[in-house]
Amino acid sequence: MSEVAPPVDLHASQVRKFKIQDMLFHQVTLVFAFIVLAALAGILVSLAIEAMPALKQFGVAFLWTDVWSVPDDEFGALSAIYGTVVTSVIALLIAVPISFGIALFLTETCPVWLRRPLGMAIELLAGVPSIIYGIWGLFVFAPLFAEHVQPHLQTALGDVPVIGGWFAGPPIGIGILTAGIVLSLMVIPFVASVMRDVFETVPAPLKESAYGVGCTTWEVVVNVVLPYTRVGVIGGIMLGLGRALGETMAVTFVIGNANRIVGSLFAPGTSIASTLANEFGEADPGLHISSLFALGLVLFIITFIVLAISRWLIQRGVAKQGK
Amino acid sequence: MSAPQQTADGDAILEVRDLNFFYGDFRGLTNVSLDIAKSRVTAFIGPSGCGKSTLLRTFNRMYDLYPGQRAEGQINFHGNNLLDKKQDVNLVRAKIGMVFQKPTPFPMTIYENIAFGVRLYEKMPKSEMDDRVEWALRKAAMWEEAKDKLQQSGLSLSGGQQQRLCIARTIAVKPEIVLLDEPTSALDPISTAKIEELINELKADYTIAIVTHNMQQAARISDFTAFMYLGELIEFGKTDTLFIKPKQKQTEDYITGRFG
Repeated sequence: MSEVAPPVDLHASQVRKFKIQDMLFHQVTLVFAFIVLAALAGILVSLAIEAMPALKQFGVAFLWTDVWSVPDDEFGALSAIYGTVVTSVIALLIAVPISFGIALFLTETCPVWLRRPLGMAIELLAGVPSIIYGIWGLFVFAPLFAEHVQPHLQTALGDVPVIGGWFAGPPIGIGILTAGIVLSLMVIPFVASVMRDVFETVPAPLKESAYGVGCTTWEVVVNVVLPYTRVGVIGGIMLGLGRALGETMAVTFVIGNANRIVGSLFAPGTSIASTLANEFGEADPGLHISSLFALGLVLFIITFIVLAISRWLIQRGVAKQGK
Repeated sequence: MSAPQQTADGDAILEVRDLNFFYGDFRGLTNVSLDIAKSRVTAFIGPSGCGKSTLLRTFNRMYDLYPGQRAEGQINFHGNNLLDKKQDVNLVRAKIGMVFQKPTPFPMTIYENIAFGVRLYEKMPKSEMDDRVEWALRKAAMWEEAKDKLQQSGLSLSGGQQQRLCIARTIAVKPEIVLLDEPTSALDPISTAKIEELINELKADYTIAIVTHNMQQAARISDFTAFMYLGELIEFGKTDTLFIKPKQKQTEDYITGRFG
C-alpha cells in the first residue's frame, strides 16, 4: 500500500514481456498437445489407406469371414478377432478377482512391514518385458500345463454340457487358454496397483463409520470401499483389458498361431497382434499386406470401443450415485 | 487423582478402570478411570492432543483397525471387559455407535445409508425396514427434510443434514451408547444448534459421550464433564460443579481461558 509505484515505462515493458512469455508458453503447450492428436490421426489415416485394397476386395464381410489363406489371397479377420477377444476375456476373468484380492490385502489387512515389499514386488512384475513372459510361457508353463493341468481339466469338465467342448482336443500346452493365463499374469500387476491406489483414497473416517455400525472388513469393502472407488476400479480393469488386447510378443509365443476357430480353448488359435507379428516380415505386397493393415485397423477400433464402453460405465456410475 | 471417580447419581453403563493407551511407544492415556452414567450426557473437554478422542475411540475399539495402537486396563460394559481380546468387536460397535467430526455418509442413497447398518444384524421385511428408517430419521429430526428424497444420494445433502443422517444411521442400529467425536466442529451455528437440541432429546433413550472443543457446548448439553490434559483425567464431575467450582487449578485455568 505504501510502496512507491515503479516507473510507468518499466512497468509497461514488463507487462509486455510477461504477455509474450505467457503467449509463448500457451502456444508451446498447445503444439505439444496437438502432436498427440496428429500422431493419432496419422496412424488412423495411414492404417486406413494401406488397408483400403483389402477392404475394397472383401468389404465389411472381412470382419466375419473365417478364412486366412495366403496362397488363395483370401483373407478374413474373424479368427484373429476371436482369438484376441477370447484370450483377453480369459485374462480378465482370472486377473480381476486376483488383483482385487491383492489390492484388498495390501490396503486393508496386510501387516505394515509387508506392505512396502509386496507393493514393490507387484510393481516390479509390471516392469518385466513381455518377451520374458512369452519365453517362460512357452518353455516352462506350457509343458507343465499340458502334463499336470490340462488332462485333469479334461476329465473333470470334459463331459459337462456346453462348457465340456471348451476342454476338448489334445492337451498340447499351447493354445488359447494358455495365452489367456499368461496374459492374466501380465495384466495382474497393472490392475492390482491401480486398485490399490484407488482403495487408498477412501477417507479413513468413512471406513471407520462403516466399522462403527458393526461391519466386518468384507462388508466395509463391498458396501463402502467399492462404491466409493468404482470409477477408479473400472479404469484399472480397462487399463488391463487394453493391455491384454494389444499384447503381442507373449501371446505370439504361446497361442499356437493357427488361423482358425476351434471351439476348444485347448486348441491353438491366433490373435490380431500375433498375426501381425508373425506375418508382416514375409508378407507379399498386395492383398496380404493390405489385409494385415486392415487387421491393425480392426484392433484400433476394438480398443477404441473398449475405451468408449469404460467411459460410458463411469458416466453411468456417476449419474446413479445421485446429483 | 487417578483413583476411580464415581459419578454422583445414576447407574454406570461403562466403567473405565486404569486405562492406558499406547500409539506404538507413545503413551496417549495414563491411568484413566471414570464411569459413564446411563442415559446421561458425558462431555470430554481439554486442549488438542489431550487424549479425549483417543479415550472415546477405546470405547468401541476403533483403534483396533490400526496396527501399533493398543489399550491396557478395563472398560466394563454389562460385566464384560471390552478390551478383552475375545470380545467380538463388531458386536461392540453395534451396541456402541459412533459419529465423527466430519459427516461421513456412505456412497449410497439416504434410505440405504440407514437400512445398511440395520440389515447387518436384523432380518426384517421391507415394510418394517421402511418404518425403522422413518423412525431413525424422525429421531434425528431429519424426516421432514429427507422424506421426499430417500432415494437420493446421501452425498446430496448439506453438511448439517449429512451429520444428522449419520446420527440417524447410528441410532437406527439401536445402540445403547452413542459416541460423538466433535460432531459439530465442521458445522455452521444453526446446524450446531439443531444437533445440540437433538442430543438433548436423545439422552432419554441413549447414553451419550461427546468430545468437544467448545466449552460452552459442554456446559450447555452435558450432565457430566471430564477435563483431560496430557493424557490424564484431571477432573471429572457434574458439569455445573466443574464449570462453577472446579477443584483443580488446571481445570480452572482451562475453562477460564488461561491456556489451551
